[in-house]
Amino acid sequence: MKSLSRWFGRNLIRIYMVLGFTYLFIPILYTIIFSFNDYIKSNLVWRGFTWHNWQTPCGVPNICSDLGNSLKIGLLATFVATILGTMIAFALGRYAFKGRPFVNTLIFLPMASPELVLGASLLTIFINLGFNLGFWTIVIAHVMFCISFVVVTVKARIASLDPRLEQAAMDLYANERETFRRITFPLVAPGIAGAALLAFSLSFDDFIITNFNSGTVETFPLFVYHNAERGLPAQANVIGSSMFLIALIIVLAGQIVSRKRKIA
Amino acid sequence: MSDASTSAKGDLKLTNVTKSFGEFTAVDNLSLVIPEGSFFALLGPSGCGKTTTLRMIAGLETPTTGTIFVGDTEITDMRPYKRPVNTVFQNYALFPHLSIFENVAFGLRRRGVKDKDVTEQVEKVLNLVELPHLAQRKPTQLSGGQQQRIAVARAIVNRPALLLLDEPLGALDLKLRRQMQIELKWIQTEVGLTFVHVTHDQEEAMTMADTIAVMNEGRIEQMGSPADLYDNPKTAFVANFLGQSNLIQGKIVDSDGDSHVVDLYGQKVSVLKRRTVAKDSSVLFGIRPEKLRIQPDSHDKPGNVLIGGKISDVSYIGVSTQYQVEMPWGQEIMVFEQNDDGIPPLDKGDEVRLSWEPIFSFALNGHEDAQAGVDVEPEAE
Repeated sequence: MKSLSRWFGRNLIRIYMVLGFTYLFIPILYTIIFSFNDYIKSNLVWRGFTWHNWQTPCGVPNICSDLGNSLKIGLLATFVATILGTMIAFALGRYAFKGRPFVNTLIFLPMASPELVLGASLLTIFINLGFNLGFWTIVIAHVMFCISFVVVTVKARIASLDPRLEQAAMDLYANERETFRRITFPLVAPGIAGAALLAFSLSFDDFIITNFNSGTVETFPLFVYHNAERGLPAQANVIGSSMFLIALIIVLAGQIVSRKRKIA
Repeated sequence: MSDASTSAKGDLKLTNVTKSFGEFTAVDNLSLVIPEGSFFALLGPSGCGKTTTLRMIAGLETPTTGTIFVGDTEITDMRPYKRPVNTVFQNYALFPHLSIFENVAFGLRRRGVKDKDVTEQVEKVLNLVELPHLAQRKPTQLSGGQQQRIAVARAIVNRPALLLLDEPLGALDLKLRRQMQIELKWIQTEVGLTFVHVTHDQEEAMTMADTIAVMNEGRIEQMGSPADLYDNPKTAFVANFLGQSNLIQGKIVDSDGDSHVVDLYGQKVSVLKRRTVAKDSSVLFGIRPEKLRIQPDSHDKPGNVLIGGKISDVSYIGVSTQYQVEMPWGQEIMVFEQNDDGIPPLDKGDEVRLSWEPIFSFALNGHEDAQAGVDVEPEAE
């Protein structure tokens, strides 16, 4: 009894870790397993293993065109939000101007506001301005809520950058443009890349705001939602699993590259 | 990229330079000439304006008023990258994403030096700092001392008219710092550039510099060679900041020949006129602790003598013994005595007299604060 409790005490952190990861990964594991389910109509009950879903990921009407919409919107929104957000982050991180604390707070507001409210407000604005709801209204909405996340991520990176590095570059005959190109940007780049990945996953994932402003255009999350009522095809699991695997590869590749850099 | 300004040569001349940050005046009407080829130190406590002065020379700050020249070229408002000046930053500021080679090559490449010449010059300077084998490493893989040497290499490879060193040894431990002091001095002699060195460490300044400017509250208190500053301080701040001094309030009561007679709480001593800086008869009489001799009160010695002391503290530190002696008027006087005579040190409570050769003493303006420059706070970083 005593030895059991000692074993428990010594391994408590490990047990906690296993339980924690189990909790985190069961849904993902479930998604992956059920992408191989030989389903009929509804993918809720395990009926046997098949490669069929992975061989025909586009075998369900609209699924791949909706995925294409999501990717296009995600890339566009990420591109715009990353550029705008990075510029804001430099302004906030580098220049002391009047009202900077106020602007810093404002940047947080979109993250703190309920998505339902943002989505509904955007819809009102678009209708009042006479915009046709569709692809571009989704992009505008996504850029809007992604910017804050980009600003916060990039600003953290800029804050950790020693200003003396830029001064040293200027001291070594690099003018402002060269200093930015050779020193500032390469050092902030990992932060910008992280911000872009975050923005993309936020955009790709978004349902609530998109649902308000999509008009007749359907994105992948909308597809999942609309089909969940009738029975979700396993191809959705295939796409979900693929996204997970791609993200995993990106993260692993990033770690390998940064470890190699440290050694080299 | 290379134009006339980055290759300017000559003495560095600061004229009536003032730098204010709002209400605060960091540098106050400073004028200074640093001769070409010298090793010059700006020495002072934290917040005395020495780093601000350095940053104005580097172009990282602009003077509020005044001018800065290198030779005949005015650089007062020039952008940092146009100046014939390179800096060794505190904590080195090596570019973490570039190899050591590329760090050192950075300045040469920006000035459009050909690849072949870049390689040759970088290798030469890496040899000079004895780290050629580290060329392909990243800065984080180097020790503090190695990073320091690379920071120096990265600056001197450009052959600037002026090399600025901002507390370059502050982050190193004592032993390494001593070694780097000697190495930096050697490098300076080797390359023959003008070095301007900012430090709060008086020993570091004295070891390396030909000329030291002691700064306090945005002004230069005194400028001169290390020996001159130590032997002939002109202000209480310099007397206390460079080494230690006993400063005793006194009054000039008589003069004869080349000496003044000074009354110290009823006892008469003398000081050379040429070593006296006084506005009126009121003086701070100064004598360095190692110039004092200490004897039991019964002994008689020629020269200047102060009697009636009582030892209040003895610290035996091997090579010497440090005494605190309480004088009849209550002041504690410091005495450092070499342990070279085989006589055991005196004891706490012993009655003693202090004597010295009159040529060693100096006298300062008696209206100054005798405590100026004592226990100035150590550098923030």
